[in-house]
Amino acid sequence: MSFAPQGMTRRHFMSHMAGASAMIAPSLMMGSAIQANAQELKKRGKSCIMLWMGGGPSTMDIWDLKPGTNTGGPFRPISTKGDLQISEHMPMTAKVMDNLSVVRSMSTREADHGRGRYYMHTGYVPNPNIEHPSYGSVIAHELASDHNELEIPPFVSVGGGSVGPGFLGMSWAPFTVSSSGQVRNLGMKGWGNETLQSRLEMLRLIEGGFVNQNRGPAAMDHAKILDKTVKLMTSDQMKAFKVNEEPEEMKELYGQDGFGRGCLLARRLVEAGVPFIEVDLGGWDNHQNIFNTLADNKLPVLDRAMSALVTDLKQRGLLESTTIVWMGEFSRTPRINGNTGRDHWARSWSTVVGGGGINGGIAVGETSSDGTRVETEPYSSEDLMATVCRAMGISLDTTFTSKSGRPMKIANGGKVIKELIA
Amino acid sequence: MSRWQFLPVTFGVVLAMTAGLSAADKAEDYGIPQVATINEKIRLGWEDYGISPSPEEIDTVWARRLFLDVLGRVPSVEELNEFQRDRGKDKKKNLVDKLLFDEKYAEEYARNWTTIWTNVLIGRNGGTDNNSQISRPGMQKYLRDSFARNKPYDQMVKELVTATGANTPGMPNFNGAVNFYMDKLAEDGVQATAKTAQIFLGMQVQCTQCHNHPFNEWKQEKFWNMNAFFRQTRAQRGQMPVGGDDNMRAMTLNNVDFMGEGRNINNAEIYYELRNGLLKVAYPEFLDGQKIPTSGRVSEVNRRDELAKFIVDSENLPEAIANRYWGHFLGYGFTKPVDDMGPHNRPTHPELVSYLGEEVRNNSFNLKDLIRWITLSEAYGLSSRITKANALDDPTVGEPPKFSHFYLRQMQAEQLYESLLVATEAHKTRGNYEAQEKKKSEWMRQFVTAFGTDEGDEATTFNGTIPQALMMFNGDLVMDAVSTKQGSFIHRMAAEGRDGKEAINHLYMATVARRPTRNELQAANYLIGVHKGDMAKAMQDVFWALLNSNEFILNH
Repeated sequence: MSFAPQGMTRRHFMSHMAGASAMIAPSLMMGSAIQANAQELKKRGKSCIMLWMGGGPSTMDIWDLKPGTNTGGPFRPISTKGDLQISEHMPMTAKVMDNLSVVRSMSTREADHGRGRYYMHTGYVPNPNIEHPSYGSVIAHELASDHNELEIPPFVSVGGGSVGPGFLGMSWAPFTVSSSGQVRNLGMKGWGNETLQSRLEMLRLIEGGFVNQNRGPAAMDHAKILDKTVKLMTSDQMKAFKVNEEPEEMKELYGQDGFGRGCLLARRLVEAGVPFIEVDLGGWDNHQNIFNTLADNKLPVLDRAMSALVTDLKQRGLLESTTIVWMGEFSRTPRINGNTGRDHWARSWSTVVGGGGINGGIAVGETSSDGTRVETEPYSSEDLMATVCRAMGISLDTTFTSKSGRPMKIANGGKVIKELIA
Repeated sequence: MSRWQFLPVTFGVVLAMTAGLSAADKAEDYGIPQVATINEKIRLGWEDYGISPSPEEIDTVWARRLFLDVLGRVPSVEELNEFQRDRGKDKKKNLVDKLLFDEKYAEEYARNWTTIWTNVLIGRNGGTDNNSQISRPGMQKYLRDSFARNKPYDQMVKELVTATGANTPGMPNFNGAVNFYMDKLAEDGVQATAKTAQIFLGMQVQCTQCHNHPFNEWKQEKFWNMNAFFRQTRAQRGQMPVGGDDNMRAMTLNNVDFMGEGRNINNAEIYYELRNGLLKVAYPEFLDGQKIPTSGRVSEVNRRDELAKFIVDSENLPEAIANRYWGHFLGYGFTKPVDDMGPHNRPTHPELVSYLGEEVRNNSFNLKDLIRWITLSEAYGLSSRITKANALDDPTVGEPPKFSHFYLRQMQAEQLYESLLVATEAHKTRGNYEAQEKKKSEWMRQFVTAFGTDEGDEATTFNGTIPQALMMFNGDLVMDAVSTKQGSFIHRMAAEGRDGKEAINHLYMATVARRPTRNELQAANYLIGVHKGDMAKAMQDVFWALLNSNEFILNH
């Protein structure tokens, strides 16, 4: 093809470029931002908020207390608005427990942080030969078509690292932002749309040349990421991240700390139609001095934000369509160690689910009186994930095909925890 | 010389090779026996699977790889030109030797490997938190000295494992090596045990502290036997160096007598808990069963000194480093991950791993030799373009890598940072070493998330996703790189009055180490037209596009 730079019109230039990079899909379209207003977004589909407790919280000090035993620790149980008791250090959450249920019979095998994080996020144990998609990527992937108008990435990770999309590919990777909702480098500094457009066309040409030479899927994914990035830069929906514009009372309700702000941001993202938001609260690896750390630091932060989130979602009519999951990679040993801490423990522990599609206010399963054993049917990461998927209306018959052609069941074929399904 | 080395290598031509390579197809080995053996053993793998390698990569792109992997940055245009002027048969060998042995590159070599090893030993977050006992500058100073002197690897490991002294530069009795263990001694040294085995021996044992591993041969007992070697080690508060600032946490690592948990120093035992709650006793014992006397007195038995001897004598040490370096240069190690070796995780090329391990030991643990063998191998020189004859070789789907084409990989954030400085010629006017490293690590922090566990694990968002794309679109670093203001790279180039073609060529070589295609050149010329002949503005657009391209961001 000949190319005549002098006499060429802009339109010709573009079409020439388009031809040269025809292999890249989708195109880097500018100005495609739909000026969707908040009312229209009410038609939005379901969402899930995962509260991720990095480090492994001691669930027998929070959700499944064993007062008066050697292993029980000093905390007392209190009654809740649901049909169960929880820790005295969760008084505000106790008042909304009719919306949340505790699975007290979790029993897993991964007591290493990295492995546990992977397993609880994916339903699969780590395997060097394949990377499985995490909750956020799976749910975003399944629900994306219900969120057509969404320009924000469908999986937002607030204040943490999460686990990636595995074989589903970069398009389903978590979009990581700080708990204050800050998105770095969003604004074009001193250069306008016109410039962006010509630069992108040049970029497309270079990309096309490279990708067309068969470099594998990672190279192809890059074009999609660029497209999404351009959308993000020009999207009105990014207002959702401006969490600091919330009224002071609202910020106070959630708590003036990173996790509180992150939960408030999560609610804004649900309103904007984001199907999956993960909010990270780390610092649960309490090998030492656990009871003071929980009572003075971790639990007040968790209690305030978690209760505010439930209350706020409910008041806005969003709780019915928003499923909430609370979990860490595992729990901590019933035995209290020499440093007044607890070590890693995965054999008998609790997770919490609630909101959309979930029966609230109940405790599922039981552990032994000293908390060292599950005495009822044990539940796994797969079972919990299957339950969340079912609650959100995702078919458990869904099968993904990994890049190597291996079929893989959603939630690893876990079984639904029946008591929880509304 | 292989027959396919003579085939014309042009863009867009896919070379389909027939399977089954005869013994006559010997790749260039530069007379280096280790290179010949690597080539032979990798070729055997291709034959076994009936696949054929991709064509050889063009020289300048190969050189780009080499600079990225050895020095941590892309080559400058002058460096590429110099390389192209060498028309000899040994031009690749000459370049490898230059990067490894020329005085001109000594500091950069040390800087790059210091960055890599700092991340291995203490993580990207190590020492960046105010509560950390680690001095990151201390760790880096030790590594920089070690790599600048090309310290034999076994000696370096011995120094790290046995280190005592003060952690922060400027303190009396400073020994930066202590920073490796500084934050790993909590809970009776569980992390010190796990990381020592993982990093130096390629054995992941962290799960076995609580239970027998479900699928590797490590047993809980072995973990605690190994752990007993660390019980004489104490991190203690040290004296602040003169002029030290408040952010420093002056600490020292010392060996102190260990009474034993049974309070008998002559037989200083430890206890660990089985999952059924029973306590068992453990003594220092290496993973192959070698034992040392059980006294806890440092003057009688220095447990970490004894451990270092076992490690250095072990065949795991050279094999683990060979695997780690192969993974660094080829994108995949012989096992995935590189630091999890053992019967439960078979290497893809078992004979090659043990051969390389032996050769590392036979060559005095000289890491530059190892780098030379790997980078001059046939596999390292192949194109990243996948051909029909090797499409099956796809480790991204979980297939064991066969190294029949070069595997694409993301530049590391540090590589990108250094590359941008070189591509914009900003490296010529950098400040002193410490100031540069400080600036880089501040920039790095935007990508690193700590998980906040005692293991100190972390994740990076510099992984090809939207945050990275936003940074490349709009971030300060890229904005500086493409700036047209007085004195900037583009301003200088435009002011030098080079004609459009030469300037555009220069931009391509500086970023992707190749010349523009005809289409690309024409498009660039069109942009010059759009900007009404304002060369600087057109170059800015082209440069921005190049920096944002796959071809720049990937090591390919």
